[in-house]
Amino acid sequence: MMGWLPQDVSSFGPDVDHVFSLILYIVGAWFIAAEALILYFAVRYRRRTGRPAAYVRGDTLRQAAWVLIPGLIVVLLDFGIDIAAGRAWDEIKLDSPAATLNVRVTAERFAWIFTYPGPDGKFDAGHDYWSLGKLYVPVGQVVRLNMRSMDVIHSFAVPNMRLRQDIVPGRTIAAWFKATTPGSYEIECTELCGFDHYKMQGTLIVLSAADYAKWQQQHWPSAQARAGGEAGEVKK
Amino acid sequence: MSQAAALKETGYAGHGEALGFWRKYVFSIDHKTIAKQYLGISLFMALVGAYTAYAIRWQLAWPLTRIPGVGAISPDAYNSLVTMHGTIMVFFVAMPLLLGAFGNFCIPLMVGAADMAFPRLNMLSVWTFFTGGLVLLASLFVPGGAAAAGWTSYAPLSANPAYTTAVLGQDMWIVALALEFASFLMGGVNFLTTALNVRAPGMSLWRMPLLVWYEITASALFLLSVGPLIGGAVMLLLDRVLGTGFYLPAKGGDPLLWEHLFWFFGHPEVYVVALPGFGIMLEILPVFSRKPVFAYRALIYCALTATALSLIVWAHHMFVSGMDPRLATPFSVTTILISVPFAIMVFAMIATLWGGSMTFETPMLFALGGLASFLLGGVTGIFLGSAATDIYLHGTYFVVAHFHYTLFPVTFFAGFAGLYYWYPKMFGRMMNERLGKLHFWLTFFGFQAVFIPLFLVGVAGTPRRVFMPVGYPLFSALQPLQVFATVAAIVLIAAQAAFVANFFLSLKYGKQAQRNPWRANTLEWSTDSPPPHENFPAPPQVRRWPYEYSTPGARRDWMPQDEAAEAATVRAAS
Repeated sequence: MMGWLPQDVSSFGPDVDHVFSLILYIVGAWFIAAEALILYFAVRYRRRTGRPAAYVRGDTLRQAAWVLIPGLIVVLLDFGIDIAAGRAWDEIKLDSPAATLNVRVTAERFAWIFTYPGPDGKFDAGHDYWSLGKLYVPVGQVVRLNMRSMDVIHSFAVPNMRLRQDIVPGRTIAAWFKATTPGSYEIECTELCGFDHYKMQGTLIVLSAADYAKWQQQHWPSAQARAGGEAGEVKK
Repeated sequence: MSQAAALKETGYAGHGEALGFWRKYVFSIDHKTIAKQYLGISLFMALVGAYTAYAIRWQLAWPLTRIPGVGAISPDAYNSLVTMHGTIMVFFVAMPLLLGAFGNFCIPLMVGAADMAFPRLNMLSVWTFFTGGLVLLASLFVPGGAAAAGWTSYAPLSANPAYTTAVLGQDMWIVALALEFASFLMGGVNFLTTALNVRAPGMSLWRMPLLVWYEITASALFLLSVGPLIGGAVMLLLDRVLGTGFYLPAKGGDPLLWEHLFWFFGHPEVYVVALPGFGIMLEILPVFSRKPVFAYRALIYCALTATALSLIVWAHHMFVSGMDPRLATPFSVTTILISVPFAIMVFAMIATLWGGSMTFETPMLFALGGLASFLLGGVTGIFLGSAATDIYLHGTYFVVAHFHYTLFPVTFFAGFAGLYYWYPKMFGRMMNERLGKLHFWLTFFGFQAVFIPLFLVGVAGTPRRVFMPVGYPLFSALQPLQVFATVAAIVLIAAQAAFVANFFLSLKYGKQAQRNPWRANTLEWSTDSPPPHENFPAPPQVRRWPYEYSTPGARRDWMPQDEAAEAATVRAAS
């Protein structure tokens, strides 16, 4: 089952996948045990002449323990899952680390628009760069997305990044990630947003430090010089 | 209690005069006729729902090709199909089948009443429901097409007519749902009142069959949860037609409000459907195992616990919605905790089989198949209830596979189990076993073959509600699984012909049913098949709980609830 997950290229991806496998093992064991019991009982206790059914009501605590104790074990395992999952959730959605790159994400039926500040990190200073559908980020850096929707609810999802966040119109909603592997990954809208919802796709392009500097150089040749940035170093 | 008082109490006040055609078959106040009306509507709507499923699956497997019997569909039409499929299956199939048909048919019979507490209200409820169904079906034919914002109708997509091509269609969707809600509110009041106030002498609450308990628990849950959504739906309609802005940020509204109102009802709704489904399985498993149901009282407490918990889990549909992320873990805990009462129910069902003397007639096959299938739906819910994994799985085919694995078993496996089981009581004839078994095996394997591939498609990350999943480079390699699921879906739908044929042929050619063909204990089996207008000649005297099977030392292995005790070895009823 784990093999069906797409390649993980996110700093917190392993935590999500770990919770996934933890749940998989726990519920998988219960599932197989329960199915095996049903099948076994169906064969073992099929009608045979001369063998009446047992008269067991399960209404004494002693008998009911056969279902209550497994129930109790389920409670304990549930809390185990809650704790592991809670940690991963907090890491991804609550404790967002300081970002080296801030990008504005604008979702509008049926496109993604990514707005970059200049290398000085300042938006609306006359050197913003707009990219339609392509999100360029440096590998190994914390990227913070400030997302807005112009119309309906959209959801920003990058399966390879184990990231998903709905964008509710009227609010600015933040998300972050740190890519671990350079490459191109799909961005998709995963909240039904109208007739061309399925076309609302984008590409996340994770660049090595050198390539990202080159990309920056292309878009802000003068600013890059002004900020005195060296290749491979991204100024906040 | 005097006999006359008892008669009055249980509704035997005598509306047994000869009735004309219209009063007998159309505007009937007999709960059995009303149950059959709900049954007929739900089975018809199930065919419409299956038709939408077929069109959806075809488009997913072979995008943009002409769908035989449908034609090529546009992305708008696809969104309408998805919306209508969900709406029809949940509100116009599962509810009328599990509550409308089985609740109406079984509750008065099982508690030994002559009819529902409010027979006229009952009639009003079925005709209100019928009208809702007509409005929904009509919306398929209006300009702009049917509603296309998903069965969840998230605002602002649903709130501003500019966002979907469906304008009138979305309004009609709201009206249809309002009528449906009104209908089941009336039905729910009737269920609760009948089970609590119109029971036969001796039928204490702790002697009520589990199906009755589960039906009234579901009704109470529906009554508790639907109110906010009715308010919410009115606000949605006002946004659309009067230009208010409850959900429109530009006018100061908040789209998340709709999500909260919708899921505060929407999640309990799952249990409104699941509990009667479980109730049906819990009636059938003991009969065909010839064993008392295991842990009767614990099963009732489980239903009540699940009901209470289900009111505080709704935000698990909203982990990534943009609500305060600190809410996720509390809702995650309550959500995962709800697995406990359901786990105990499942364990009790399995324990009921232990040591039994099982036979595998069609009702038993469907009950066991439903149990075995529901397990997968139940355990996969943990992945989604846990907020961390939901980040990845939310909105993917994993969700689609998960909820079909919960709702299909309780609606169709339990529903068919119930139909094969109570058909002799409803229509006075037996259904054909051979066709029934064929129907079961095709349905069982067909169902698994549709949705197991979709779990894999979902784990791989494919989003749901997209017109062409093959259009995403990341998922195009999964297309063979989509094709496999579609072929299986066509087999699954075609297999229902075995049921339709069996249903209609048995009406005419089925073997005449005895009063108690399954040798079961609940009260409905103590009267004629089908029961006369007021069910019992006189209120039955209830003497024991409903699951007295294979009592040691007894003359035979069942002991109807109203049969006079004939052996000293019979344990006192609980």
